[in-house]
Amino acid sequence: MKSIISFFGIVLVCFYSCAQQKPSKVEAKTPIKTNYTTQIVVPELDIPWGMEFLPDGSILITEKDGRLIHFKNDNKTEISGFPDVYVRGQGGLLDVKLHPEYASNDWIYFTYGSSEGEGTGGHTALIRAKIDGNQLVDIQHLYKGEGNTKKGQHWGSRIEFDNEGYLYFSIGDRGNRDVNPQDITRDGGKIYRLNDDGSIPEDNPFVNEENAKKAIYSFGHRNPQGMIKHPKTGDIWTHEHGPRGGDEINIIKKGKNYGWPVISYGINYSGTTFTDITEKEGMEKPLFYWVPSIAPCGMAFVNSDRYPDWNGSLLVGSLKFEYLERLIIKNKKVVKREKLFENLGRFRNIKLAPDGYLYAGVEGIGIVKIIPDSF
Amino acid sequence: MKFLVISLFSCLGFCGIVSISNQDKLQESIIRGSEVYSDFCINCHMANGEGIEATFPPLANSDFLKNNQEESIRGIKYGQKGEITVNGKVYNGYMAPLGLDDEEVADVMNYINNSWGNSNKTVVTTEVVAGIKK
Repeated sequence: MKSIISFFGIVLVCFYSCAQQKPSKVEAKTPIKTNYTTQIVVPELDIPWGMEFLPDGSILITEKDGRLIHFKNDNKTEISGFPDVYVRGQGGLLDVKLHPEYASNDWIYFTYGSSEGEGTGGHTALIRAKIDGNQLVDIQHLYKGEGNTKKGQHWGSRIEFDNEGYLYFSIGDRGNRDVNPQDITRDGGKIYRLNDDGSIPEDNPFVNEENAKKAIYSFGHRNPQGMIKHPKTGDIWTHEHGPRGGDEINIIKKGKNYGWPVISYGINYSGTTFTDITEKEGMEKPLFYWVPSIAPCGMAFVNSDRYPDWNGSLLVGSLKFEYLERLIIKNKKVVKREKLFENLGRFRNIKLAPDGYLYAGVEGIGIVKIIPDSF
Repeated sequence: MKFLVISLFSCLGFCGIVSISNQDKLQESIIRGSEVYSDFCINCHMANGEGIEATFPPLANSDFLKNNQEESIRGIKYGQKGEITVNGKVYNGYMAPLGLDDEEVADVMNYINNSWGNSNKTVVTTEVVAGIKK
């Protein structure tokens, strides 16, 4: 009898300690045939975190270690004058984004790790600046997360504009999971919305909340490293890293709580759990979750007649499995997933350029252009 | 003779104390190193140092780590680029410089040297890390 009781005891312990994760609803598969291939256009980059395409056809590239590179006529030139970048863990020089009216105003936006302000360590900062020759000029500091920390994790960050000209950017939870994401008086674990000059829009959701960070647009995020405006609806879509499992795709809505770490499909790296629930009133469920994690970075909608096979799909880089993921989404549901260009390398970024071609930043390789396969 | 015996014993005792305090230092360093590991390393090398097949090399029972201490320290300190062979498998990834100070590099080295079945009682000190150049 005693042995039966202890047997059930062991079973129970196993049941509660070995977290069972529900795999993604759709499995990623290798397509039988892909009609596109990759061609290296900017060789030899380490971590091409962000990239932007200038009207003259040249490319601006942010290297995580702090270098801002201008690639023009097959030459790389380093742009000098960037503020001090605090390189630590996942932090460094992060995203770059042109103003929607760059052609007339020359503004370029950047996010990066900065140790400005009080306390040791650093936090994510947003600036805008212009380029004069090989020099960064007219630098304006628009936002800096407060509460510097030496933690290495979760800086975000991507920058995007919506159709009304508002700027959105992300900061991850900065390794303070149980404090930052659910507290709107603290930076970290948020999507922020600003006017293009860094001022706070009057109708931001928490402008009237005492002590709140008024720039916050949504909260309860872990580490969003993908953000893109939907080409048809104009909505801001993001994805974020989960821990072990639980990466998410979300459509960002004003003032909403995306639940980290209260609701999640993820578990700790060690295999233990930090939450048992995946839904709760007042919290947004993801449009899609990845279990296992693919470690998503960079995000682009295919909206170009150069890719008839893929048009309308969402592309997401996978740092962990070293492929580019194509997701087909119907009625806000992922119905199919494909692994593209497997084993090419860690896909850090993916963008649709003004020339209608897709470009991906791949670690250790450089920038690759996705072109029709002529064979 | 008596003097010799006494000095022999005190010498032994002294060595013992040194060795105990060295091991204490190693233990303290390992504890600090475990925190560095879960901050900076775990998302690629995973909780049990097993890495990710074909992408991120394992640290657990890694012949590379065991036989290339200096290269391993250099990789953590300055970043690791280019081909390496770990347990017979070739990896050609890129690990960015992590921005750790020399003490943190020493601590995390002592942690990975002594976790998941790895054992290496030679303490990696801050001075050793400081001496390793790019």
